[in-house]
Amino acid sequence: MRSDGSGAAFKDSGHIVIVGASLAGLNAAETLRAEGFRGPLTLIGDEPYLPYDRPPLSKSVLTGWVPAEHTMLPQRETLADVEWRLGVAATGLDLPAKQVRLADGHTVEFDRLLIATGTRARPWPNQAEAELEGVFTVHGRDDAQLLRQRLAAKPRRVLVIGGGFTGSEIASDCCELGLPVTVTERGAAPLVGALGGVIAERVALLQRQHGVDLRCQVTVTSLEGDAQGRLRRAQLSDGSSIDTEVAVVAQGAIRNTEWLRDSGLAAGTFGVGCDAGCRAFDINAIVTDDIFVAGDVARFPHPLYDYQFLALEHWGNAVEQATVAAHNMVCAPAERRPHVAVPAFWSSQFGVNIKSVGVPSAAEEVVITQGELSDTRFVAAYGKAGQLVAAVTFDHNLWVEFYQRLIEQAAPFPPTTHGVEQPAPSSPVSAAFPDPRVPTYDATVILTGHDPNEQRVQWIPRHHAT
Amino acid sequence: MTQAHPYMTPPPAPSGPIHVVVDLNRCQAYAQCCFFAPDVFKLHGQEALWYDPAPDEAQRERVLRAAAVCPVQAITVAWSEAANRQKAEVPHA
Repeated sequence: MRSDGSGAAFKDSGHIVIVGASLAGLNAAETLRAEGFRGPLTLIGDEPYLPYDRPPLSKSVLTGWVPAEHTMLPQRETLADVEWRLGVAATGLDLPAKQVRLADGHTVEFDRLLIATGTRARPWPNQAEAELEGVFTVHGRDDAQLLRQRLAAKPRRVLVIGGGFTGSEIASDCCELGLPVTVTERGAAPLVGALGGVIAERVALLQRQHGVDLRCQVTVTSLEGDAQGRLRRAQLSDGSSIDTEVAVVAQGAIRNTEWLRDSGLAAGTFGVGCDAGCRAFDINAIVTDDIFVAGDVARFPHPLYDYQFLALEHWGNAVEQATVAAHNMVCAPAERRPHVAVPAFWSSQFGVNIKSVGVPSAAEEVVITQGELSDTRFVAAYGKAGQLVAAVTFDHNLWVEFYQRLIEQAAPFPPTTHGVEQPAPSSPVSAAFPDPRVPTYDATVILTGHDPNEQRVQWIPRHHAT
Repeated sequence: MTQAHPYMTPPPAPSGPIHVVVDLNRCQAYAQCCFFAPDVFKLHGQEALWYDPAPDEAQRERVLRAAAVCPVQAITVAWSEAANRQKAEVPHA
């Protein structure tokens, strides 16, 4: 099989393997078929399920309105002949042999490969404590179903460790279910890493108004169980403790790149480095021809942010990047498209719909351009060096596209919005993002610098004399 | 659905399970879907759309109409292959 990329022969008989059978993998597969790829197509997924949608898990599933098994994603008819290898993880990649190694010992050969292995929940660091009955993470549908059952049994209190988007949504679910909930957040306020201190303070107030026992600049130092191995108490860094039977660890996600550790690809903490056309870089920052990356596991340069590499954990990015990657996998080299969509995401919590476009954490300043910060219906515009770089809306869905266009045009900051209901004149203030060197768990969009291979530090095992 | 818009083409009505996904980046909370299929789509607060991705088969026609009227076309609906075949075998279904 020659892989010159453009030939009809490849579209007819090339073998494409997609590792990762979730939103990005599914969209890539559908796009490949839509673009005329007729060859064998294999999707490998570590979970035993056909692709399902994750955003409802921390919302309508936990509140009990929608059963976890309802989240299966719609599939186009064109995937009828796809080979699904589900319930088996990929454990290695052999680039010279063009093979993926699987956990069950099998290997799968490919002509072209798409890496879409996404993320998993960051586990509680102490394994013995993590195994206590009553300690949960929420990433997959099994996790959500287990936690749903536990919440339905009306625990006396729920402790949510981490005030990022997932943690805040889970806290919102608990409030809706009438369950007392405590949130611990190591930063100054919930969502501070994603939205900056000014907006995060408003979120903190919103959570407290809904009855959340919010503890900021506090971490959980240990989880304690009883003799039967059931969670009973959490010790906090401020010396206090919380009696609770349920703790949800919501400390962000880890990118699933371990299986690529020895592959020679530029795979690290922030994902697999790739070019704007989704082609993976190797560790020497040389672009590969037949290996593509899409979704949460991709780290890609974005022209709107000085070509810094972005690492995103967004639904829309998984869809758009997978579509671009799939197109580029089967098109002629001159027809390749760049992935340049403006990052965008939403969150639903405490009755408010939060939407974001652009990269808020790239900003230095923020200004309220519509509505009032005090009544949770507003638009916050984020700027850097006189340029609009992001906008965050609270219950202002209709305006998201308007700000997206401004961001795409590199519009000036603060933006002028003619013919728009203006709030009392306000001036930009510091957006109050935390020091980027201080780890936070809640930013789902991260600027990761200009180096195609972010693995700057390499662990070299010491050879002991024997 | 007793009163359809006169210009609206009746949507296909195959049988079998249906699956729904909404692009909530695109959704602007016009809430037309909530009127057409209130058991499947609902606003959570002022503007956050929640929906049942695998609604009961009895909701099929309502869901397809909700997808058709969405002003920003953010709703995707799929139904099973078996159902499609069945539809193909029944002309004018």
